[in-house]
Amino acid sequence: MTNNTSALELIQAIEEADSSDSLLDAVEALANARLEEASPTLIAVLSYNNPGAAVAAIDGLVQLGEVAVLPLLNLMDDYNYGGRAWAIRALAGIADPRALETLLVAAEQDFSMSVRRAAARGLGNLHWSKMLPSEVSSAQKQVFTTLQLTSQDAEWVVRYATAVALQGLGSSVTVSQPDLAGEIKSQLEQMLATDADLTVRTRVQLALKEFRI
Amino acid sequence: MESSPENYTEVDSPEHLTVEQAIANLKGEDRGLQYYAAWWLGRFRVKEPEAIEALIFALQDEGNRTESGGYPLRRNAAKALGKLGELQAVPALIACLDCSDFYVRESAAESLGMLSDRSCVPQLMKLLVGGLAANQPIPGFPHLPQPCAAVIEALGTLGATEAIELIEPFLEHPVELVQYATARAMYQLTQNPSYGDRLVKALSGDKLQLRRAALSDLGAIGYLPAAKAISETLAENSLKLISLKGLLEHHVKNHYRETREQGIGNREQGREFLPFNGESEDILKNSSESSSISDTAIYLMNLMDDLL
Repeated sequence: MTNNTSALELIQAIEEADSSDSLLDAVEALANARLEEASPTLIAVLSYNNPGAAVAAIDGLVQLGEVAVLPLLNLMDDYNYGGRAWAIRALAGIADPRALETLLVAAEQDFSMSVRRAAARGLGNLHWSKMLPSEVSSAQKQVFTTLQLTSQDAEWVVRYATAVALQGLGSSVTVSQPDLAGEIKSQLEQMLATDADLTVRTRVQLALKEFRI
Repeated sequence: MESSPENYTEVDSPEHLTVEQAIANLKGEDRGLQYYAAWWLGRFRVKEPEAIEALIFALQDEGNRTESGGYPLRRNAAKALGKLGELQAVPALIACLDCSDFYVRESAAESLGMLSDRSCVPQLMKLLVGGLAANQPIPGFPHLPQPCAAVIEALGTLGATEAIELIEPFLEHPVELVQYATARAMYQLTQNPSYGDRLVKALSGDKLQLRRAALSDLGAIGYLPAAKAISETLAENSLKLISLKGLLEHHVKNHYRETREQGIGNREQGREFLPFNGESEDILKNSSESSSISDTAIYLMNLMDDLL
């Protein structure tokens, strides 16, 4: 009961916020309360065109984790572009495999590089143990195919995120799919040999170092 | 908020110009097309001799004027020439430092900084003569008498140590962006950490616009002690990532150079900081699993990873 009351109050504070600062405070308070019923409100905040508040809302949604995934996936299409971009970043942060399709599409096609980089990063991080075991290996191959594409992105930051993701994917498949692990390693070696950006190459080098096969 | 890099669309939709068309437009009569072509040639790094010549010619354009007497085409041409890296533009850009249009002087100073040709140093220094007193804000004007920040940044980038005494007083300039440019240049010219620390302090300031400027300056000078503060300042992750990229590349290049200069550039050591283009093939051949990366580089990349 007290829980519900406080949730209601915290949500109300967001609706009544009359300045950028008071909105940010209200969102942070709701995010920190870690209440499952807060998801829809936090998702709504993503569309307020207030970057500070959106970052706080994403932190809150990522902390809520799994319970926020379906609301994010369900509510997302109804929102404006800015809100959708933030929602994809929240899904990437939560890393629940139910967001797989959404993240694959975002990494390949979104027109904003900050969304592509977040989606690519998220793909390397997915919690595979939450997926049906029978589906895991083909999903991992699908992720690799997308990461091969993002490794050619025009923006260095997306390629950087791809290196991070390849490292993550690589370490999840070392034992289960040694063939795929080998392909990932070759992909990284190819990036090291050909990428024009020093920062990307340095990150690839770290990925190869961390990812031993 | 409109200008937030998190919000704007990051896609370039280049109008369907070809190099030939752009050059023709630049030489043509239509002022709108001329103006756009000058920008386009810089944006797409068109280094054809004909483009360079046409841009240099455009620095003396008289046709395109604003109501207050500005030279929009000259401004764009000066900016483009900085991006193209052709030193033959230097004398014409130096001449632009005397232009009556503030924004032409500013663009020329920026471009001269990018072209790494020190022959412009005396003329850049001339714009700072009179120091603080001569460069106070003018009531009712959006800009200072001279483009101090651009000039000071250029002098820093060009390593103009002879300008240190002239630049240093601008640390006390009333405009924060001029102070930052000065701290940035002073750091580049002296390597004294107190100047880097001033920029770090700026990261905790109140105004987003100024925090963004400090991020950019710290990235440009590659000031390592700023890493943590960069990752924590209140600004868009995209800008923090670019700033940390500056630190990382500065570190990696220096480390590699030092390793080489110390004569330990044998295969083991030399490979450590290999990620240079020319070396890539060697790297690939030798990268079995032996490459090692400095702890500093790893620290920086960990900070960057968390911002993705």
